[in-house]
Amino acid sequence: MCATCGCDTNASSSIQHIGEHDHLHDHAHNHSHSHGKTIVAVEKDILQENNLLAQRNRGYFDAKNILALNLVSSPGSGKTSLLERTLTDMKGEFPFYVIEGDQQTTRDADRIYATGTKVAQINTGKGCHLDAHMILHALQGMKPVENAVLFIENVGNLVCPAMFDLGEKERVVIISVTEGDDKPIKYPDMFHTSTLCIINKVDLLPYVPFSLDKVKEYARQVNPALEFIEVSCTSGEGLSGWYQWLKAKVPVTETV
Amino acid sequence: MHELSIVMSILDIAEKESAKNKAVQIDEIELEIGELSGVDMPAFDFAWQQAVKATRLEAAVKTVNHIPGEGLCMNCEAVFPMHQLYKPCPVCGDHFITILKGKELRVKSLVIN
Ligand SMILES: Nc1nc2c(ncn2[C@@H]2O[C@H](COP(=O)(O)OP(=O)(O)OP(=O)(O)O)[C@@H](O)[C@H]2O)c(=O)[nH]1
Ligand SMILES: [Mg+2]
Ligand SMILES: [Zn+2]
Repeated sequence: MCATCGCDTNASSSIQHIGEHDHLHDHAHNHSHSHGKTIVAVEKDILQENNLLAQRNRGYFDAKNILALNLVSSPGSGKTSLLERTLTDMKGEFPFYVIEGDQQTTRDADRIYATGTKVAQINTGKGCHLDAHMILHALQGMKPVENAVLFIENVGNLVCPAMFDLGEKERVVIISVTEGDDKPIKYPDMFHTSTLCIINKVDLLPYVPFSLDKVKEYARQVNPALEFIEVSCTSGEGLSGWYQWLKAKVPVTETV
Repeated sequence: MHELSIVMSILDIAEKESAKNKAVQIDEIELEIGELSGVDMPAFDFAWQQAVKATRLEAAVKTVNHIPGEGLCMNCEAVFPMHQLYKPCPVCGDHFITILKGKELRVKSLVIN
């Protein structure tokens, strides 16, 4: 049982705020009790706990006018590379924060920290996705300011994170051209739940059999409303389109 | 293996409900899992076997009601069985489809002792 949020998940993950004191937050969970045969009508959504916490995070983001984006992809599609470029190229434009999700190590958080951005690393251990509970705790240590942009880099996995709402405003799926253009129909859930698809590593298009038209066609079969931006984090090609998308998504501050 | 997280959430719900009802043991558990819920049943069953050990669900009989997927075409309003997220409307071929059924992931009931 986690006293801070009153929630009660079985997650066992750790959070480290890079560049500060290392704060480990572990929880494990145990309970027992004892006491003729009854049928209990439970009727409970299995993901309810996560969904409630996600709504709580969403409320927090709305209240502080924070744009929270959940970046999802297979391992190695370029999530961290995209963030490194973005945080460098857009430095000073918005207060940026990053939450990194990986099974092990703080390698990605260290890369983000090197750009001068406030970052927290969540290590999920054996866990294959971030959940709303982990985000809640990372936020407590991070204390983002109002009108900020928060990037949440999920664990590299095109399947599991699809099911877990973190409270984000938008989900951005990244696919790189080396992965094959049929990924959207092989792993449809992620494309179904995302609003933007970034196609990365377009500098490698001459070397790999990958059709931009095909990948979009497949992705639109799963999600007709999906938007696309083609980029290369190596050459910088197309990144301006992503920056524009981002700027357009930042909620306008209400001036009284 | 998000199936393990799903199983852990089920255990958590079952645990709380049985504690509320002062149950010592859970004899049966009934679940609803939709065809389009994203749960891989072999992975789910594997995670289940591992996770229920030494819990009140260890000896429980698990019944899973598989809910078939059903889609509503936003273009022609046809309602049809939906087995895949990427298949078009069988009537008009459109891809703007609302999922009516198949996303379920619920604990329906418990039989406790
Ligand atoms: N050629 C090319 N390589 C790229 C590009 N973007 C990223 N890479 C390379 O792809 C590899 C993986 O990039 P990362 O940014 O670490 O990918 P990731 O999605 O964060 O990976 P995980 O966090 O492990 O899931 C690195 O070697 C990058 O240098 C690109 O646009 N073009
Ligand atoms: Mg990364
Ligand atoms: Zn139709």
